[in-house]
Amino acid sequence: MMKVTLAFAAAAIGVTAMAEPALAQANEQFLPSLVYRTGPYAPNGIPFANGVADYWTLLNERDGGINGVKISPEECETGYATDKGVECYERLKGKGPTGAGYFSPLSTGITFALTEKVPGDKIPLLTMGYGRSESRNGAVFPWNFIAVGSYWTAADVAIQHIAHELGGIDKLKGKKISLVYHDSPYGKEPIMALEERAKLNGFTFKGIPVTHPGVEQKSQWLAIRQDRPDYVLLWGWGVMNSTAIKEAAAVGYPREKMIGVWWSGAEPDVTPAGDQSKEYKALMLQHGAGKFKVHDDLQKFVLARGKSVAKDDYAQVLYNRGILNSMLGTEAIRTAMKKFGNKPMTGEQVRWGFENLDLSAARIKELGFEGMVGPIKLSCQDHQGADIARVQQWDGKEWKVISGNYKADLSILDPMVKDASAKYAADKKITPRDCSKES
Amino acid sequence: MLYRETGQFKTSYAADMAIFPIRQDRIALGALLIFAFVGVPALDAFQVWPFGGEYLIRAILIPFLILSLAAVGLNTLTGYCGQLSLGSGAFMAIGAYSAYKFGTGVRIPLEIFTIDIPPLPVFWCILLGGLMAAFVGILFGVPSLRIKGLYLAVATLAAQFFFDWLFIRVKWFTNYTSSGSVVAPDLTFFGLYVNKPIERYMLCLIFVTVFALMAKNLVRGNIGRQWMAIRDMDIAAELMGIRPLYAKLTAFAISSFMIGVAGALWAFIYLGAWEPLAFNIDRSFQILFMVIIGGLGSILGSFLGAAFILVLPILLDQVPHALGIAVSVETVSLLVFMVTGALICWLLIVEPHGFARLWSTGKEKLRFWPYPY
Repeated sequence: MMKVTLAFAAAAIGVTAMAEPALAQANEQFLPSLVYRTGPYAPNGIPFANGVADYWTLLNERDGGINGVKISPEECETGYATDKGVECYERLKGKGPTGAGYFSPLSTGITFALTEKVPGDKIPLLTMGYGRSESRNGAVFPWNFIAVGSYWTAADVAIQHIAHELGGIDKLKGKKISLVYHDSPYGKEPIMALEERAKLNGFTFKGIPVTHPGVEQKSQWLAIRQDRPDYVLLWGWGVMNSTAIKEAAAVGYPREKMIGVWWSGAEPDVTPAGDQSKEYKALMLQHGAGKFKVHDDLQKFVLARGKSVAKDDYAQVLYNRGILNSMLGTEAIRTAMKKFGNKPMTGEQVRWGFENLDLSAARIKELGFEGMVGPIKLSCQDHQGADIARVQQWDGKEWKVISGNYKADLSILDPMVKDASAKYAADKKITPRDCSKES
Repeated sequence: MLYRETGQFKTSYAADMAIFPIRQDRIALGALLIFAFVGVPALDAFQVWPFGGEYLIRAILIPFLILSLAAVGLNTLTGYCGQLSLGSGAFMAIGAYSAYKFGTGVRIPLEIFTIDIPPLPVFWCILLGGLMAAFVGILFGVPSLRIKGLYLAVATLAAQFFFDWLFIRVKWFTNYTSSGSVVAPDLTFFGLYVNKPIERYMLCLIFVTVFALMAKNLVRGNIGRQWMAIRDMDIAAELMGIRPLYAKLTAFAISSFMIGVAGALWAFIYLGAWEPLAFNIDRSFQILFMVIIGGLGSILGSFLGAAFILVLPILLDQVPHALGIAVSVETVSLLVFMVTGALICWLLIVEPHGFARLWSTGKEKLRFWPYPY
């Protein structure tokens, strides 16, 4: 028995040793995907990962890749843990003929750790709607692309929506707004922007932390019942979101006074709480759930051919965010190909592509994303490219858009980005690039 | 035949008290050290597979070395002195955050004067991180004079939760960053900028070698014998004139020092940017399991345990993909959980004393080979 086991183990190791180098593909663009399909954050990690994978499959099936260069994807399970994420990053960064095109870790903790590693490896990070808010400043963070929105944008838009509901920005004075947040860099990011707004608009801000993974929130919601804030902002992820909604219902806090960030506004966040989630609101990272023109193609080329990894999460909020994430990444590669030729791109070339990414309304319509996302233009100075968000409300069956687009107040946020990135540059002894000299 | 100390006569007291009394052990250790210090960099320089790319060094060897150091630290406390601790994660965190504070400058305004320490060189930061952890270790070791076994484990668990809380809540430790995540300063050692994976590896290797040899040396000496006497029966030890206060607290101090240094290395060299979650209770359990699987009371066991707990899941995770079997990542990661768990159970049934005992059984067998009786 023992010998058999040992022999088997030896054989397995031997085969691993032989198989490894044979996997390299000649003319393909390697795109890694850091996913979490297990653990407490899996309900939200799975639909996003499925969307990411399905859009790449769509490009391969419909167009034969990006400008004829096939995409070869590979997933690595991080379980939302930073050290596992770093291991996955090291595992995947050098694969394929040109290495990884870009990384999207979908975790603020992993983003923080990788931010320190990508400049050395020359691989861009696409952190759509999460990560370091100050990484908008491309002069200090050349490799981070916090496209479409940051937590500071989200916090600002949430306050604007509250003001709108109250009937004017001056009505915020004397109000109490609490933030129930995941006690990690993710949950703490918006605090600075909210404190700034609190000073400016005269409301009382209070942060209420929830320990990872967020299944235990009884005391926090009892505190809310005592304190009776006028609004509660929710910055949760995974099981924490549905737990928060259930606890809010348990202490009788009105769900319509709760506004979640765009990571707390998907189907897996509300459906577990059933009817208790009715009237709960959340921000949208521009797009919501539902089918758009790109979904016709997904249906035709991916789902109908049995190549989709999605199940009932198809066209849900986070699935759609996944395809949007892949669209931005692959469009950056396409932009880079215009300059460097139709071949697999290196991370450095993809970075150039991101920095020169210009998605006009016409191009977005052509891609089938009209209605999901507005025009985005990234530049050396601005790695975010958009400042708008909307608010949606859960009616018990689906998300309904209840507001127009709000634009984050850049007169508040820009100085914050400037200060925070300057501090980072000073700490790390980085000399910011001169963006007027970049081409 | 190969492994037999027959004929190796000890002709002096010094020879009798050598760290490695058997010649074969010395040769094996020497070969291993030469390989680690010369072979690995050479293989890396020539990019010999599997050293092509940085994966092996950055994602396997560096974390393995650092966690081995933490396991050696815990083993001096739990394995040699018999004091169960669940606070290793906290001591790592103390090492990491103290090193961070010393690396970015400490400023404490007091009423009469201000404590103002300019940013120190990274090397001293790491050692000071270890020292701070040692202080806290002594503090949390005091209950060990009154309570034992599982109760002590609970007391050290308190340390774990307290420091988790402290580093999340008290913003001074994170230099008031908005997100609570901190970034390690650049790694400059005596004017050398350490950035390449192989340089980082060498740095970890030097730390680990020095501390492992130090630990090996300590446990065979006066103090190590005191620890072991306390472990085996504290009342008897006390009657023989061993002071439990001194023995237990030195064990806590030295163990926490090494764990603190490991924490600083983990933060500075492996992660680069971290949050308190990197040192939560899971880390404590991980290190405790390394020590148990590797073998309590064995320095070698700490390394074997670290390899088993850290490296095996990573390798298992890649087996299906390397074999070309198409399975989804979630199936693989769940399988890894199950296989690793099953292996741990199997190992503990077959050899409850861990790899170290397996190794000494193997040595015993080698002595008799080829004529076992």
